[in-house]
Amino acid sequence: MEEVNVKKEEAAKLLRQMYQIRFFEDKIMELLGQNVIDGGSHLYAGEEAVAVGSCAGIRPDDWIASTHRGHGHAIAKGGVISELMAEIFGKVTGCCKGKGGSLHLCDPATRNLGATGIVGANIPVAVGAALALKKDKSENVVLCYFGDGAINQGVFHESMNMAAVWKLPVLFICENNLYGMSGAVNRVTTTNDLYTRSSAYGVPGEAVDGMDVLAVKEIVMKYAEKARKGEGPSLIECKTYRYYGHSRSDPRAYRTKDEEKEWQAKDPILKFRSKVILAGIISEAVCDDIRAEVKQEIEDAVRFAMNSPWPKPEEVTEDLFA
Amino acid sequence: MREIAYWQALNEALQEEMERDPNVFLLGEDIGVYGGAYGVTRGLLEKYGPERVMDTAISESAITGAAIGAAMMGKRPVAEIMYVDFMGQAMDQLCNQAAKIRYMFGGKFKAPMVMRTEGGAGRTLGAHHSQSLEHWFTGIPGLKVVMPSTPADAKGLLKASIRDDNPVVFIEHKMLYKEKGPVPDGDHVVPLGVADVKRQGKDVTVVSYSRTVLVALEAAKILEAEGIDVEVIDVRTLAPLDIKTIVDSVKKTNRAVVAHEACKTGGFGGEIGMQIIENAFDYLDGPVKRVAAIDVPIPKSPVLEQYVIPTKDSIIKAVKEALA
Ligand SMILES: Cc1ncc(C[n+]2csc(CCOP(=O)(O)OP(=O)(O)O)c2C)c(N)n1
Ligand SMILES: [Mg+2]
Repeated sequence: MEEVNVKKEEAAKLLRQMYQIRFFEDKIMELLGQNVIDGGSHLYAGEEAVAVGSCAGIRPDDWIASTHRGHGHAIAKGGVISELMAEIFGKVTGCCKGKGGSLHLCDPATRNLGATGIVGANIPVAVGAALALKKDKSENVVLCYFGDGAINQGVFHESMNMAAVWKLPVLFICENNLYGMSGAVNRVTTTNDLYTRSSAYGVPGEAVDGMDVLAVKEIVMKYAEKARKGEGPSLIECKTYRYYGHSRSDPRAYRTKDEEKEWQAKDPILKFRSKVILAGIISEAVCDDIRAEVKQEIEDAVRFAMNSPWPKPEEVTEDLFA
Repeated sequence: MREIAYWQALNEALQEEMERDPNVFLLGEDIGVYGGAYGVTRGLLEKYGPERVMDTAISESAITGAAIGAAMMGKRPVAEIMYVDFMGQAMDQLCNQAAKIRYMFGGKFKAPMVMRTEGGAGRTLGAHHSQSLEHWFTGIPGLKVVMPSTPADAKGLLKASIRDDNPVVFIEHKMLYKEKGPVPDGDHVVPLGVADVKRQGKDVTVVSYSRTVLVALEAAKILEAEGIDVEVIDVRTLAPLDIKTIVDSVKKTNRAVVAHEACKTGGFGGEIGMQIIENAFDYLDGPVKRVAAIDVPIPKSPVLEQYVIPTKDSIIKAVKEALA
């Protein structure tokens, strides 16, 4: 039997967080379909092990920098689900007072530097945050998430180089879900292995199964420790898959149903769940309880968002300047 | 006349120009199988193949630069930047390279290229997918800037832009793609630098462009019932600006309102208003009024988003103030 290196309490937490992300995203899709909410939402379903595993590999007082596909990051870092939901509704009780929306979740309390709608734009910001940590002689690190698509932005390369030269405590977490919006990795670059990009900057790079929450956790822990010791940045490529289309209107013509099924068979939640049950770490009944509790939590979050007031027009100019 | 949607009109323009000139090709993110974020390039990959409908990586700076280089070598690239908000990534190439190549090199090179993009609020997409940034480009001599409001103009102006020998920033509006309107058959070309009077009137001139033209026309209809006769001018191209058509109208109505979706401070309305004052001061019977977005990033919340951008009510109010 495969050895499963996780304690009961942590296993329950990882499972809970992955369920939170999955059900949050499924719910958003449902609400979009019913026109209860509007706007764009890029859903994280399928990629749960990346956010949950990586956040489990750092300390609560470490930082993250998020992307347009950021619901999962915010949840994994411990964001308040009802406030995240309310933000996606555009309600004043949302984490950004309804001014940000799905693409711009942020939360200083959980050390989430926020999400950007501009692909790649969070990468140099994460470098700057790591620079500040270094200046403060902090032991903390920054996890910078971005997709396979962002790796072709000039700013990725500029940032990688700068972080390498200054040996900054930042982990570049590439969420390789095989596509940008429709552009397959191997059609817009000449490789499938994006971690190799780090070699040009003298930075260690490694790929990991992004459907395996413990594998992601382990590799992030390893490089976070190096970063804490002043050894500088790393590039971690998590091979994963987004279950939904890029956005709601996406007919997914650029990929096959077979490919989707193949990845769904590696589902990060089911895989982890059966692994821990089989290893006797937590029982099936406990897993089911967690699942049911999370379902309820998401329903409660929706109710909270629905019952929350809209921002008032007079608040529109507030927060433009500090 | 047949009626087609704005996106179809643009699609037709691309097809007709690709048929006419083998040097025309398209490049951009997700323009192939995906057909573009708003569907403008639908079917073109199938028809013209990957050599002329080129999907790129997410690399706006290189997309723009590659268009410039190809244009300098005699091609006629039409590059798509999915949202005008992403133009930040393309700015150096566009403003320091494309815009200056002709002049800085003493007229020895030219860059005949079109940067198609799309802007505007209305879909509650938040601060990075809703902006109106035309004034970034109008402040750069050497760029032409086009913002069509109707399917017919979209088609005719895109064809003219592709045939133009200069870099043209062609900004569509995300809320117009599904709007239908009459489009003439045949080789329908609308020259750059010519404004269009979308509605004749004698009491007040409303100058606008892009989606706000439609809002102004709605406002004009309501004001008509109150006995106020509004003339609506669609500038269509911001650079070069057809100031003569605007001034001629103001000389007739003696009142002017400028309306757009970009923020008020630094928005292009300031330029239009100032040019009206410079050229028709003696004809004005009151101050030139501006209707524009509040000076904030576009907020996500649907209630705030609608509050920030001009509505028919805000245009009606400004018209009444101009007449007061
Ligand atoms: C600068 C910029 N270019 C293009 C886009 C449009 N866009 C949004 S997400 C996306 C795909 C991003 O792909 P990737 O980085 O792989 O992230 P994923 O969506 O797969 O998580 C694109 C092209 C954008 N938001 N910003
Ligand atoms: Mg991707």
